[in-house]
Amino acid sequence: MEKAIMARKVGMTQIFDEDGLAIPVTVLEAGPCTVIDKRTVERDGYQAVQLGFLPAKKKHLNKPLQGHFAKNGVAPVRYVREFRLLDADSYEVGKEVKADLFAPGEYVDVSGVSKGKGFAGSIKRHGHSRGPMSHGSRYHRGPGSLGAIDPARVFKGQTLPGRMGGEKVTVQKLKVVKVDPEKNLLLVKGAVPGPRGVLLTVKNSVKVG
Amino acid sequence: MDLISQVEKEYLKEEVLDFSPGDTVKVHFRVVEGNRERIQIFEGAVIKIKGSGLGKCFTVRRVSYGIGVERTFPVHSPKIEKITVARKGKVRRSKLYYLRKLKGKAARIKGAKY
Repeated sequence: MEKAIMARKVGMTQIFDEDGLAIPVTVLEAGPCTVIDKRTVERDGYQAVQLGFLPAKKKHLNKPLQGHFAKNGVAPVRYVREFRLLDADSYEVGKEVKADLFAPGEYVDVSGVSKGKGFAGSIKRHGHSRGPMSHGSRYHRGPGSLGAIDPARVFKGQTLPGRMGGEKVTVQKLKVVKVDPEKNLLLVKGAVPGPRGVLLTVKNSVKVG
Repeated sequence: MDLISQVEKEYLKEEVLDFSPGDTVKVHFRVVEGNRERIQIFEGAVIKIKGSGLGKCFTVRRVSYGIGVERTFPVHSPKIEKITVARKGKVRRSKLYYLRKLKGKAARIKGAKY
Protein backbone atom coordinates (compact mmCIF):
# COMPACT_ATOMS: atom_id res chain seq x y z
CA MET A 1 0.00 0.00 0.00
CA GLU A 2 1.43 3.36 -0.98
CA LYS A 3 -1.25 5.82 -0.04
CA ALA A 4 -4.53 5.78 1.79
CA ILE A 5 -7.10 8.22 3.13
CA MET A 6 -10.42 8.07 4.93
CA ALA A 7 -13.52 9.52 3.32
CA ARG A 8 -17.22 10.11 3.78
CA LYS A 9 -19.66 9.20 1.02
CA VAL A 10 -21.56 12.28 -0.09
CA GLY A 11 -23.63 10.77 -2.88
CA MET A 12 -23.77 10.09 -6.60
CA THR A 13 -24.25 12.33 -9.59
CA GLN A 14 -22.97 12.54 -13.14
CA ILE A 15 -20.50 14.86 -14.83
CA PHE A 16 -19.51 15.41 -18.45
CA ASP A 17 -15.98 14.66 -19.68
CA GLU A 18 -14.05 16.45 -22.48
CA ASP A 19 -15.82 14.37 -25.13
CA GLY A 20 -19.21 15.37 -23.74
CA LEU A 21 -19.96 11.92 -22.38
CA ALA A 22 -21.85 11.67 -19.10
CA ILE A 23 -19.85 9.78 -16.45
CA PRO A 24 -21.53 8.40 -13.32
CA VAL A 25 -19.49 9.50 -10.31
CA THR A 26 -19.58 9.11 -6.56
CA VAL A 27 -18.61 12.20 -4.60
CA LEU A 28 -16.37 11.45 -1.62
CA GLU A 29 -15.38 13.94 1.04
CA ALA A 30 -11.82 12.69 1.53
CA GLY A 31 -9.94 14.08 4.48
CA PRO A 32 -8.43 16.16 5.87
CA CYS A 33 -7.03 13.29 7.94
CA THR A 34 -4.58 13.96 10.73
CA VAL A 35 -1.66 11.65 11.39
CA ILE A 36 -2.29 10.56 14.97
CA ASP A 37 0.37 7.98 15.56
CA LYS A 38 2.96 5.87 13.81
CA ARG A 39 3.95 2.24 14.10
CA THR A 40 7.63 1.51 13.60
CA VAL A 41 9.53 -1.70 12.93
CA GLU A 42 11.76 -1.15 15.97
CA ARG A 43 8.92 -0.65 18.43
CA ASP A 44 5.96 -2.56 16.93
CA GLY A 45 7.51 -4.96 14.43
CA TYR A 46 5.77 -3.38 11.44
CA GLN A 47 5.33 0.04 9.97
CA ALA A 48 2.01 1.81 9.69
CA VAL A 49 0.34 5.17 10.00
CA GLN A 50 -2.64 5.89 12.22
CA LEU A 51 -4.99 8.40 10.62
CA GLY A 52 -7.90 10.26 12.19
CA PHE A 53 -10.94 11.66 10.39
CA LEU A 54 -13.68 14.17 11.30
CA PRO A 55 -13.23 16.34 14.42
CA ALA A 56 -14.91 15.14 17.62
CA LYS A 57 -15.80 16.73 20.91
CA LYS A 58 -13.74 15.57 23.83
CA LYS A 59 -16.80 14.67 25.88
CA HIS A 60 -17.88 12.13 23.28
CA LEU A 61 -14.68 10.11 23.63
CA ASN A 62 -13.72 7.56 26.23
CA LYS A 63 -10.76 8.08 28.55
CA PRO A 64 -8.29 5.80 26.72
CA LEU A 65 -8.86 7.66 23.42
CA GLN A 66 -8.66 11.05 25.14
CA GLY A 67 -5.33 10.01 26.61
CA HIS A 68 -4.11 8.74 23.24
CA PHE A 69 -4.86 12.06 21.54
CA ALA A 70 -3.38 14.08 24.42
CA LYS A 71 -0.18 12.04 24.42
CA ASN A 72 0.42 12.67 20.73
CA GLY A 73 -0.74 16.29 20.96
CA VAL A 74 -3.40 16.08 18.24
CA ALA A 75 -6.99 17.30 18.12
CA PRO A 76 -9.59 14.62 19.01
CA VAL A 77 -11.22 12.87 16.05
CA ARG A 78 -14.22 10.60 15.56
CA TYR A 79 -12.67 7.83 13.52
CA VAL A 80 -9.20 6.30 13.88
CA ARG A 81 -7.85 3.78 11.38
CA GLU A 82 -4.44 2.27 10.81
CA PHE A 83 -2.88 1.88 7.36
CA ARG A 84 0.20 -0.19 6.59
CA LEU A 85 1.98 2.16 4.22
CA LEU A 86 5.33 1.46 2.59
CA ASP A 87 6.59 4.97 3.29
CA ALA A 88 5.13 5.25 6.78
CA ASP A 89 8.44 6.67 8.07
CA SER A 90 8.06 9.84 6.02
CA TYR A 91 4.80 10.80 7.79
CA GLU A 92 4.92 13.15 10.77
CA VAL A 93 2.50 13.08 13.68
CA GLY A 94 0.14 16.06 13.53
CA LYS A 95 0.47 16.55 9.76
CA GLU A 96 -2.61 16.41 7.55
CA VAL A 97 -3.38 14.11 4.63
CA LYS A 98 -5.71 15.67 2.10
CA ALA A 99 -7.70 14.72 -0.97
CA ASP A 100 -4.91 15.98 -3.27
CA LEU A 101 -3.06 12.80 -2.32
CA PHE A 102 -4.75 11.37 -5.41
CA ALA A 103 -4.66 12.81 -8.91
CA PRO A 104 -7.23 12.44 -11.70
CA GLY A 105 -6.63 9.33 -13.80
CA GLU A 106 -5.39 7.21 -10.91
CA TYR A 107 -7.19 4.07 -9.82
CA VAL A 108 -8.34 3.44 -6.25
CA ASP A 109 -9.91 0.69 -4.15
CA VAL A 110 -12.74 1.87 -1.91
CA SER A 111 -13.83 -0.13 1.15
CA GLY A 112 -16.75 0.39 3.44
CA VAL A 113 -19.65 -1.27 5.20
CA SER A 114 -22.43 -2.09 2.72
CA LYS A 115 -26.11 -1.30 3.22
CA GLY A 116 -27.84 -3.82 5.46
CA LYS A 117 -30.58 -5.80 3.69
CA GLY A 118 -31.84 -7.70 6.75
CA PHE A 119 -32.84 -11.36 6.51
CA ALA A 120 -32.79 -12.03 2.77
CA GLY A 121 -33.85 -15.10 0.81
CA SER A 122 -31.44 -17.14 -1.29
CA ILE A 123 -32.58 -15.51 -4.55
CA LYS A 124 -31.58 -12.03 -3.42
CA ARG A 125 -28.63 -13.16 -1.30
CA HIS A 126 -26.97 -15.72 -3.55
CA GLY A 127 -28.58 -15.21 -6.95
CA HIS A 128 -30.54 -18.47 -7.01
CA SER A 129 -33.08 -18.78 -9.77
CA ARG A 130 -36.79 -18.73 -9.14
CA GLY A 131 -39.32 -21.50 -9.72
CA PRO A 132 -42.44 -21.01 -11.85
CA MET A 133 -44.92 -18.68 -10.15
CA SER A 134 -48.03 -20.26 -11.74
CA HIS A 135 -49.30 -23.25 -13.77
CA GLY A 136 -49.82 -25.25 -10.58
CA SER A 137 -46.27 -24.81 -9.39
CA ARG A 138 -45.86 -24.90 -5.64
CA TYR A 139 -42.16 -24.03 -5.74
CA HIS A 140 -41.65 -20.26 -5.96
CA ARG A 141 -38.71 -18.59 -4.21
CA GLY A 142 -37.47 -21.33 -1.87
CA PRO A 143 -33.83 -22.44 -1.62
CA GLY A 144 -34.56 -25.83 -3.23
CA SER A 145 -32.57 -28.99 -2.65
CA LEU A 146 -29.79 -28.82 -0.07
CA GLY A 147 -27.83 -31.66 -1.64
CA ALA A 148 -27.70 -35.43 -2.09
CA ILE A 149 -29.05 -37.85 0.52
CA ASP A 150 -25.94 -39.99 0.71
CA PRO A 151 -23.72 -37.74 2.88
CA ALA A 152 -26.70 -37.58 5.27
CA ARG A 153 -25.84 -33.98 6.11
CA VAL A 154 -25.74 -30.53 4.54
CA PHE A 155 -22.30 -29.45 3.36
CA LYS A 156 -20.71 -26.34 4.78
CA GLY A 157 -21.14 -23.27 2.62
CA GLN A 158 -24.58 -24.31 1.34
CA THR A 159 -26.22 -21.10 0.08
CA LEU A 160 -29.22 -20.45 2.31
CA PRO A 161 -31.28 -17.44 3.39
CA GLY A 162 -29.84 -15.25 6.12
CA ARG A 163 -28.53 -11.83 7.04
CA MET A 164 -27.35 -9.91 3.99
CA GLY A 165 -25.36 -6.68 3.73
CA GLY A 166 -23.83 -4.71 6.56
CA GLU A 167 -20.45 -6.28 5.90
CA LYS A 168 -17.15 -4.90 4.69
CA VAL A 169 -17.08 -4.62 0.91
CA THR A 170 -14.20 -3.44 -1.28
CA VAL A 171 -14.76 -2.13 -4.78
CA GLN A 172 -11.53 -2.39 -6.74
CA LYS A 173 -10.10 -0.25 -9.49
CA LEU A 174 -12.32 2.81 -9.53
CA LYS A 175 -10.99 5.65 -11.63
CA VAL A 176 -10.44 9.02 -9.98
CA VAL A 177 -12.21 11.43 -12.32
CA LYS A 178 -11.66 14.68 -10.50
CA VAL A 179 -10.04 16.05 -7.36
CA ASP A 180 -11.10 19.25 -5.62
CA PRO A 181 -8.32 20.09 -3.12
CA GLU A 182 -10.15 23.14 -1.72
CA LYS A 183 -13.29 21.29 -0.69
CA ASN A 184 -11.39 18.01 -0.18
CA LEU A 185 -13.59 16.23 -2.69
CA LEU A 186 -12.74 13.12 -4.63
CA LEU A 187 -14.89 12.09 -7.60
CA VAL A 188 -14.56 8.43 -8.50
CA LYS A 189 -16.25 6.71 -11.44
CA GLY A 190 -18.90 4.21 -10.38
CA ALA A 191 -20.59 3.20 -7.15
CA VAL A 192 -19.07 2.58 -3.72
CA PRO A 193 -20.47 0.50 -0.82
CA GLY A 194 -22.80 1.84 1.83
CA PRO A 195 -25.39 4.57 2.34
CA ARG A 196 -24.67 8.30 2.08
CA GLY A 197 -22.52 9.52 4.96
CA VAL A 198 -20.78 6.17 5.50
CA LEU A 199 -17.11 6.06 6.47
CA LEU A 200 -14.92 4.73 3.67
CA THR A 201 -11.25 4.02 3.20
CA VAL A 202 -9.70 4.95 -0.14
CA LYS A 203 -6.45 3.28 -1.11
CA ASN A 204 -4.48 3.17 -4.33
CA SER A 205 -5.58 0.17 -6.36
CA VAL A 206 -3.75 -3.12 -5.85
CA LYS A 207 -4.47 -4.06 -9.46
CA VAL A 208 -2.74 -1.07 -11.07
CA GLY A 209 0.90 -0.05 -10.65
CA MET B 1 -25.87 24.36 -0.67
CA ASP B 2 -25.08 20.71 -0.39
CA LEU B 3 -21.87 19.26 -1.78
CA ILE B 4 -23.54 17.42 -4.66
CA SER B 5 -25.02 20.58 -6.16
CA GLN B 6 -21.70 22.34 -5.62
CA VAL B 7 -20.05 19.67 -7.76
CA GLU B 8 -22.80 19.85 -10.38
CA LYS B 9 -22.80 23.64 -10.51
CA GLU B 10 -19.58 23.75 -12.50
CA TYR B 11 -21.09 21.64 -15.29
CA LEU B 12 -24.53 23.27 -15.48
CA LYS B 13 -25.26 25.45 -18.47
CA GLU B 14 -25.80 29.06 -17.51
CA GLU B 15 -28.81 29.54 -19.69
CA VAL B 16 -31.20 26.79 -20.55
CA LEU B 17 -34.03 27.44 -22.95
CA ASP B 18 -37.42 26.97 -21.41
CA PHE B 19 -39.53 24.45 -23.27
CA SER B 20 -42.15 21.94 -22.26
CA PRO B 21 -43.62 18.64 -23.50
CA GLY B 22 -45.57 19.10 -26.72
CA ASP B 23 -43.22 21.73 -28.12
CA THR B 24 -41.51 21.09 -31.42
CA VAL B 25 -37.81 21.77 -30.93
CA LYS B 26 -34.67 21.79 -33.03
CA VAL B 27 -31.70 20.29 -31.22
CA HIS B 28 -28.35 21.35 -32.66
CA PHE B 29 -26.15 18.41 -31.74
CA ARG B 30 -22.40 18.11 -32.31
CA VAL B 31 -21.47 14.97 -34.21
CA VAL B 32 -17.88 13.79 -34.62
CA GLU B 33 -17.18 12.03 -37.91
CA GLY B 34 -13.58 10.86 -38.01
CA ASN B 35 -11.62 14.00 -37.22
CA ARG B 36 -14.30 16.37 -38.40
CA GLU B 37 -16.98 17.84 -36.20
CA ARG B 38 -20.26 19.05 -37.59
CA ILE B 39 -23.64 20.04 -36.26
CA GLN B 40 -26.64 17.85 -36.84
CA ILE B 41 -30.15 19.11 -36.29
CA PHE B 42 -32.73 16.78 -34.79
CA GLU B 43 -36.21 18.20 -35.01
CA GLY B 44 -39.29 16.77 -33.39
CA ALA B 45 -41.78 16.92 -30.56
CA VAL B 46 -40.67 16.85 -26.93
CA ILE B 47 -42.52 13.91 -25.42
CA LYS B 48 -40.81 13.69 -22.05
CA ILE B 49 -38.75 15.79 -19.64
CA LYS B 50 -37.35 13.94 -16.67
CA GLY B 51 -34.82 14.37 -13.88
CA SER B 52 -33.40 17.44 -12.23
CA GLY B 53 -30.05 19.14 -11.88
CA LEU B 54 -27.27 17.88 -14.10
CA GLY B 55 -29.13 14.66 -14.88
CA LYS B 56 -32.12 16.40 -16.47
CA CYS B 57 -33.01 14.81 -19.81
CA PHE B 58 -35.59 15.29 -22.51
CA THR B 59 -36.79 13.00 -25.28
CA VAL B 60 -37.56 14.20 -28.78
CA ARG B 61 -39.74 12.14 -31.14
CA ARG B 62 -39.96 12.50 -34.87
CA VAL B 63 -41.30 10.33 -37.64
CA SER B 64 -38.61 9.83 -40.25
CA TYR B 65 -39.60 8.08 -43.52
CA GLY B 66 -42.52 6.44 -41.73
CA ILE B 67 -40.39 5.16 -38.85
CA GLY B 68 -40.75 6.72 -35.42
CA VAL B 69 -37.38 7.84 -34.00
CA GLU B 70 -36.86 8.96 -30.42
CA ARG B 71 -33.68 10.48 -29.05
CA THR B 72 -32.98 11.39 -25.45
CA PHE B 73 -30.58 14.24 -24.73
CA PRO B 74 -29.19 15.46 -21.40
CA VAL B 75 -30.21 19.12 -21.13
CA HIS B 76 -26.76 20.17 -19.90
CA SER B 77 -24.75 18.07 -22.36
CA PRO B 78 -21.83 20.04 -23.82
CA LYS B 79 -22.54 18.27 -27.11
CA ILE B 80 -25.73 20.27 -27.54
CA GLU B 81 -24.80 23.48 -29.33
CA LYS B 82 -28.24 25.02 -28.87
CA ILE B 83 -31.92 24.26 -28.73
CA THR B 84 -34.57 26.31 -30.50
CA VAL B 85 -38.33 26.04 -30.15
CA ALA B 86 -39.89 25.81 -33.60
CA ARG B 87 -43.48 25.63 -32.40
CA LYS B 88 -45.22 25.77 -29.04
CA GLY B 89 -47.64 22.93 -28.44
CA LYS B 90 -50.70 22.66 -26.26
CA VAL B 91 -50.97 19.33 -24.43
CA ARG B 92 -52.65 18.20 -21.24
CA ARG B 93 -50.12 15.74 -19.89
CA SER B 94 -46.40 15.76 -19.12
CA LYS B 95 -45.49 12.47 -20.79
CA LEU B 96 -46.78 12.12 -24.35
CA TYR B 97 -46.28 8.38 -24.75
CA TYR B 98 -49.69 8.09 -26.41
CA LEU B 99 -48.17 9.63 -29.55
CA ARG B 100 -46.29 6.38 -30.18
CA LYS B 101 -49.52 4.60 -31.04
CA LEU B 102 -50.85 7.34 -33.29
CA LYS B 103 -50.07 7.86 -36.95
CA GLY B 104 -50.47 10.61 -39.52
CA LYS B 105 -53.07 13.26 -38.79
CA ALA B 106 -53.94 11.84 -35.37
CA ALA B 107 -50.35 12.29 -34.16
CA ARG B 108 -50.48 16.06 -34.55
CA ILE B 109 -50.18 18.34 -31.51
CA LYS B 110 -52.36 21.42 -31.23
CA GLY B 111 -50.46 24.71 -31.23
CA ALA B 112 -50.58 26.95 -28.21
CA LYS B 113 -52.21 30.35 -28.40
CA TYR B 114 -49.91 33.27 -27.83
